[in-house]
Amino acid sequence: MSEAVRVSGSLRNRLTVILIGGAAILAVLLFFIVRNYAAQIAQQSQDNILGASVTSILGAAIIRDGAVEVDFPYASFSMLNTDSDDRVFYAIYQDDTLLSGYESLPLVAPDFGEGTVFRSATIQGTTLRVATASRVLIGEDRRTRISVSVAQTQDALSGVLNRISRNVALFGAGFFALATLLAFWATSTTIGQLKRLTTSVTRRGPQDLSPVVKPVPSEMVPLVSSLNHLMSRLDHSLSQSEDFIAEAAHRVRTPLATVRSHAEATLQRVGREENRQALRSMVRAIDESSRAAGQLLDHAMITFRADHLDRQDLDLVDLVQELVLRLTPVADMKDVDLRLDAAPGIRVAADPILLQNAIRNLIDNALKYSPSDSTIMIRLRSAPHIQVEICDEGPGFPPDQIGGLVARFARGSNADGIIGSGLGLTIAQDVALAHGGHISLANRPEGGACVTFSL
Amino acid sequence: MCYLFLVIFSLWAASGTAQDWEDEQVFPEEQAARVLTVLSSTDTSFFASIIEGFIARNPSVQVRYLVTSTAEIDTVFRASPAAFDIVISSAMDLQIKLANDGLALEIEGLNYPNWAAWRRSLFAFTTEPAAIVINRAAFAGQSVPETRQDLIQVLRAQPEAFEDKLGTYDVRVSGVGYLFATQDARTSETYWRLMEVMGSLGTRLYCCSGDMIEDLAAGRITVAYNVLGSYAIARTDLADQIEVILPADFQTTMMRTALVSAQTGQPELATAFIRHLIDAQSNEDMFPLPPLQDAAKAGQPTITLEPALMTYLDALKKRTFLDEWVNAVIQ
Ligand SMILES: Nc1ncnc2c1ncn2[C@@H]1O[C@H](COP(=O)(O)OP(=O)(O)OP(=O)(O)O)[C@@H](O)[C@H]1O
Ligand SMILES: [Mg+2]
Repeated sequence: MSEAVRVSGSLRNRLTVILIGGAAILAVLLFFIVRNYAAQIAQQSQDNILGASVTSILGAAIIRDGAVEVDFPYASFSMLNTDSDDRVFYAIYQDDTLLSGYESLPLVAPDFGEGTVFRSATIQGTTLRVATASRVLIGEDRRTRISVSVAQTQDALSGVLNRISRNVALFGAGFFALATLLAFWATSTTIGQLKRLTTSVTRRGPQDLSPVVKPVPSEMVPLVSSLNHLMSRLDHSLSQSEDFIAEAAHRVRTPLATVRSHAEATLQRVGREENRQALRSMVRAIDESSRAAGQLLDHAMITFRADHLDRQDLDLVDLVQELVLRLTPVADMKDVDLRLDAAPGIRVAADPILLQNAIRNLIDNALKYSPSDSTIMIRLRSAPHIQVEICDEGPGFPPDQIGGLVARFARGSNADGIIGSGLGLTIAQDVALAHGGHISLANRPEGGACVTFSL
Repeated sequence: MCYLFLVIFSLWAASGTAQDWEDEQVFPEEQAARVLTVLSSTDTSFFASIIEGFIARNPSVQVRYLVTSTAEIDTVFRASPAAFDIVISSAMDLQIKLANDGLALEIEGLNYPNWAAWRRSLFAFTTEPAAIVINRAAFAGQSVPETRQDLIQVLRAQPEAFEDKLGTYDVRVSGVGYLFATQDARTSETYWRLMEVMGSLGTRLYCCSGDMIEDLAAGRITVAYNVLGSYAIARTDLADQIEVILPADFQTTMMRTALVSAQTGQPELATAFIRHLIDAQSNEDMFPLPPLQDAAKAGQPTITLEPALMTYLDALKKRTFLDEWVNAVIQ
């Protein structure tokens, strides 16, 4: 019944991994985007200052008495002051010749207009940011182009970037930690819905095949509705087979009973001894068939019910008492004394129909296989296990067959001439097993069979 | 005399033979395992005690102390940066340009205020204002000029008394003189008016503060403008002859700076010397120069250590400034 379900991964793990992995990727992405953005802004601000410096130097360029003068203000360099004391380089070119400044700062191709051009360059192994602009001066007799480059190292800039990177990294780590917590929370609430459904299905009684009515998240609706559908189909087919068993029993027994009553009636009227003999064996065969049909159907019913055990809290003494009462007329016909020995109030959680069936079969055996004018002892015990012991004073089980008598259709050598199908002990054992118990057969030393039915 | 010196100097430098120094001292006399070469514009008298303190701590070291003018330091050091371990100069602009050009070693782990250092490679260790120094006898019975404006008025009032009796730096040859002049000009227009007045009275031009102080004491001149106050005050033997005036309108205050050559063969020893120089400030007996003062606390602006100092070193600007200066002073 409880076949092991094959496992393929875990939804919780998969969900957690996807969420955390996503968060990690996002955090890294965030780090690089913000860092990149910050780098752009920082570079932009350095460029702005370099541009202003270039503009102020260029603005001071004039032609006086035919010579170029660039009397640039102190502020041109002052504005380049940084916390990290960045180095400053500059060059002032007239057309292609260096007027003043650093030769090592080469002029970029001066084919640009009025705008300022920014580029990165490496001088003496250090990276510089260079801003360059140019302006045409018009003298009395000539036009000349003045180009100014101002360059600065990037120590302060990289300091700022490092600080930003550190902060952004911290921020990213915080974001990741939060996202991880969120991932765990989201996973457990999602899986929680599934768990709730599982417990609500597991907690049900065996006969409860009603649909799930508690509201479930929309994603689980297809699953739950197919579950409901499956259960309703199961419920339907179960009740169908129960009906079928009852119907079948009825359909077999009724015509048999009719045939039997006709045979009995005919027996009254027939005079010839050989015809009477034939009719008697006919009645007997009918009895055998009827018994076999009844036992087969009982057995089928028990096999079916054992899968859906309907345990109820019941009083074992009451149950056996009732059985004894019902069987007393049969016992009286044989002058057999049915005795019940039980302390009152033995409670047991069991399927009453199955229990009745099993114990009835055992008492029936005792009645069938013991001589008249004897006593059948039925003892109920509650400790150490709940047990029903049925002992008679008959010949007992054939000792060489005792091991195989519980098998289906097995009948002992002592059963010759006694109507039976060989299913009684099988039924009793199936019921005991279904309840987690067993039966054991034994012969009493003083004579007589003893069957112990334990739950 | 000073001029002659410079001529010889430049001739020697051009011919590429051994350098002739204003002063050359070795501490101690005995040969030592390691020699630290210090190129400096500061007179040996101010540095002897500092170097002796260093020698005391580092017995196996000999210090070669070479003195020359600030402008010459720049030329000599740029020509052979590996030949010197330490460069000390009062010309902040030239020094900052050396550091900016990558000729100074960055020293890590020296905990120094940001305003007194540049790029962890240039370290200021004194605070020295430029002063007006006068001959006491010449001003006997008169009030002493407190500001540049006062000085202009005094000169204008008695031009004949001051004819050929004035002195200042020849900014064409003196690095620190050029620094003072450009910073003065940057601060106030009064500088140019003073220069014009002085130029009209025939001002003598000097290479060094020491010479100006000597001539003042001897009475050859009566007023010297932009003299290193620290040098004048240190001449306690001349205290009766000269008076040092720190102008009340504004003072131009310079910081003497030191750097370690980027190409020094003994960076640890050179760094130890800088460390000693910084530590020595707190020891009055060892440190005859005015120690570093936080400009903000002193209430007087000090020339800040920043790349903007390179502005007036620009060839075009220098040409313009010197033209203007020559026009004013040498008429
Ligand atoms: N009380 C008993 N005394 C002696 N033999 C018994 C007793 N009970 C059962 N047996 C032996 O065990 C055999 C199997 O019993 P079981 O009840 O399974 O079949 P049955 O009684 O023959 O048929 P059924 O009970 O199905 O009508 C019997 O045929 C009989 O030989
Ligand atoms: Mg039986």
